[in-house]
Amino acid sequence: MRILIVGGGIGGTILANNLARRLSGELRSGKVRITMLSASDKHMYQPGLLYLAVGRMTPDELYRDQRSLLDPGIDFMVDPVEEFRLDKNEVKAKSGKIHGYDVLAIATGSRPMPQETPGLSENSEMFYTEESALKMLKRLQQFQGGKVVIAMGVPHKCPMAPLEITFMLYDYFKDRGILDKTKIHYTYPINRVHTLEPVAKWAAPEFDRMGITYETLFNLKEVDGAKKIVRSEENSETDFDLLITIPAHRGMEVIEQNGLGQRGWIPTHRHRLNMEGRENVFVLGDTTNLPISKAGSTAHFEAETLGENIAATVKMGTPVRDYDGKVFCFIEAGKDRATYAMFNYQNPPDPKPPTRAVHWFKLAYNKLYWASARGLL
Amino acid sequence: MAERKLVDARGSFCPGPLMELIAAMKMVQVGDELEVLSTDKGSANDIPEWIHKVKHEHVETREDRGVWHIVVKKTK
Repeated sequence: MRILIVGGGIGGTILANNLARRLSGELRSGKVRITMLSASDKHMYQPGLLYLAVGRMTPDELYRDQRSLLDPGIDFMVDPVEEFRLDKNEVKAKSGKIHGYDVLAIATGSRPMPQETPGLSENSEMFYTEESALKMLKRLQQFQGGKVVIAMGVPHKCPMAPLEITFMLYDYFKDRGILDKTKIHYTYPINRVHTLEPVAKWAAPEFDRMGITYETLFNLKEVDGAKKIVRSEENSETDFDLLITIPAHRGMEVIEQNGLGQRGWIPTHRHRLNMEGRENVFVLGDTTNLPISKAGSTAHFEAETLGENIAATVKMGTPVRDYDGKVFCFIEAGKDRATYAMFNYQNPPDPKPPTRAVHWFKLAYNKLYWASARGLL
Repeated sequence: MAERKLVDARGSFCPGPLMELIAAMKMVQVGDELEVLSTDKGSANDIPEWIHKVKHEHVETREDRGVWHIVVKKTK
């Protein structure tokens, strides 16, 4: 049995290690082979970018060697896939090498696309790459006061990020002593300040208490850099001195180029996680078209379900459980308080008021992540 | 030829049915219709409110065994 995992982010890495543990005997006997193809020899802790942008983490804390995170029984190659030949059960990598498979898992992730919104790239700061987060940090350090606008595209990775960066900016400006010269204005695409209603009910009074203004039903349309105005699809506009954006995302180009899914999102069965119409092709993480958060924890829980099912199929010829839509997201409510939201397809979240204890746990998780990637948590 | 595409947002708390619709709007042509499936009854109000504000066309809303079907036509 040849299991091929395409993508070395958190979803692919947890899946690979989960399978290596469950199928250790089969790996040793040669009955099973697990191969991972990735675009990079480095693994980035993406949630750390939020902290990098406000000077609370450094770039070296965000990375580990991908090989060091993987079970030694896994074949790991830095050789990104260029062609998916699903009818032949094979992929062609950049090196030209052909990899056949019996089971394929696609976990290629997503990418920020600020360039899709006119004027956005040139006139805003974001924190979705190391380079952009460092640029944002330097811009914040030069900022001496004025109107800061937070605006976003849809869909975006990490639905908590808009709230988190807003609360963290508030504390950042407060610590620098320029809060009295700074006005923070938050915009959001739907008719409340967060898509999760219980979260919105908590966050809106927090904004009121902090003096953060907000405008809902504001979908980013274009930015006029000369006039320093951002306009919405709903025909409203707001001026800014500093624009912070959470840009719209797309799946990876290779997914679109191979016709696997519009805008890079692969149609995926919500419980079995197989690509629609393909029994031996599975999808996890941001790459799915499922109506759940594009977040590391989503990929984590999908990978655990998939690992159990693929291993059970190897051992017994059948999968054993459904993915239930589980997601768990921390929500940083500033520099020293946090809460969390946990939900699945059936049960809505019930977030509690932020506490220091949850914030400390989040800081601990920033380190524990690497154990999680190794399949130890 | 205009098409009708399904946006299956049943059980979606985050990003939620309206966010799913906004994202799906980028994947269809002017004149196409999107049928959103939602298990959140709030969608029956939230989605038409947004459609009205951005001036797309609200074709219909109906409920069938706990699932709301909200049909939207992209007009611009």
